[in-house]
Amino acid sequence: MNAVVDSITAADPAMLWAMFKQFLLLSLLSIGGANSTVSEMHRFMVIEHQWIDEQRFTELYAISQAAPGPNVLFVALFGLEAAGFLGLAVAMFGICGPSSLLALLLEHAAADPRNARWMGLIKRSLAPMTVGLVLSTGVVLAQGATTGWVTALLVAATVIALIATRWHPLLLIAVGAAIGALQLN
Amino acid sequence: MSTTPPPSPGRLFGEFARVGLSGFGGVLPFVRRAVVERNGWIDDRGFTELLGVAQVMPGPNVVNLAVMLGYRYAGVRGALFAFSGLVLVPMALLLAIVYFYYRFGDVAGVRGALRGMMAVSAGLILATGFKLATGLPRHVRALVPMVVALIAVGFLRLPLVPVVLILLPLCLALEWWAGRRAAGGESVPSEERRPDRDR
Repeated sequence: MNAVVDSITAADPAMLWAMFKQFLLLSLLSIGGANSTVSEMHRFMVIEHQWIDEQRFTELYAISQAAPGPNVLFVALFGLEAAGFLGLAVAMFGICGPSSLLALLLEHAAADPRNARWMGLIKRSLAPMTVGLVLSTGVVLAQGATTGWVTALLVAATVIALIATRWHPLLLIAVGAAIGALQLN
Repeated sequence: MSTTPPPSPGRLFGEFARVGLSGFGGVLPFVRRAVVERNGWIDDRGFTELLGVAQVMPGPNVVNLAVMLGYRYAGVRGALFAFSGLVLVPMALLLAIVYFYYRFGDVAGVRGALRGMMAVSAGLILATGFKLATGLPRHVRALVPMVVALIAVGFLRLPLVPVVLILLPLCLALEWWAGRRAAGGESVPSEERRPDRDR
């Protein structure tokens, strides 16, 4: 508990404010998800301000991707590493706040029957591109995750299992972890 | 199938916390499973349409989706509860994992297990994409933007923002034009903009 208290009392207000402003801005720029701004975060947190070192940045990102939870949680780890628990709060609120408010306003506008026609048009036209982008994420992740024939087989087997069976995805992840731990490569 | 009653804020918190805690390497497959398959709050097509909006808007996609669904079913409180379930609950777990990783991350077996989990989560996202694709309407207008987006972002690795900024107006124009053509000879409301070729 002492570490938590220390990290809060040690935080530098000017630095927290600078970080907060950056994340507020990134929230509005992160079209397609928080992942699309990772390179920009790297630029200002590692190169410009040296709040996090290079290796730690990569490590924290990898952990957040392997851990459960939405991808955006890597931002919490960056904030924590840079400025303790206040840093975590500032970073998460910054990255989620503006975009969530915008989503709320849009959903509110969509509920108005007067807007039904153009909302319907927007939704219908976006759907195909959306599926293409989901598949793209799958392709990018699959290429990154494939380190040999075992992992390639795991990707393929998972696709088939999820489509053809009613097995729970967590079961598949547990199988993947077990096979990976055997170090077959 | 009868319509399900709208979920309460507490229910939204529980469902989205469950989703957040399940989603290794991306929660999208679990969100779809929860809201489409398990609870039937929305069908595949409705889900894809909502996801489309959530994806094009700035911000974390699934967070946008949770906020929008939460607001739709239970107002601002619903949005807050869905957000908290999805983000804050797994965040607590993640902090515990980081602590664990700093102590045991060098163990080879741990690294191997992480590799296996990453491979499976890639497969889960791909399969979710296939499932959503089957919910799309069967015409060229839907197939072409899907394939173009997949090739541009997935295989050519072009940056997302310009791809979306180019594809988006094209898709809107195509859909609008198809809607007009479907209306056929029927009279079109006068306030609508005329097609360019009429100039």
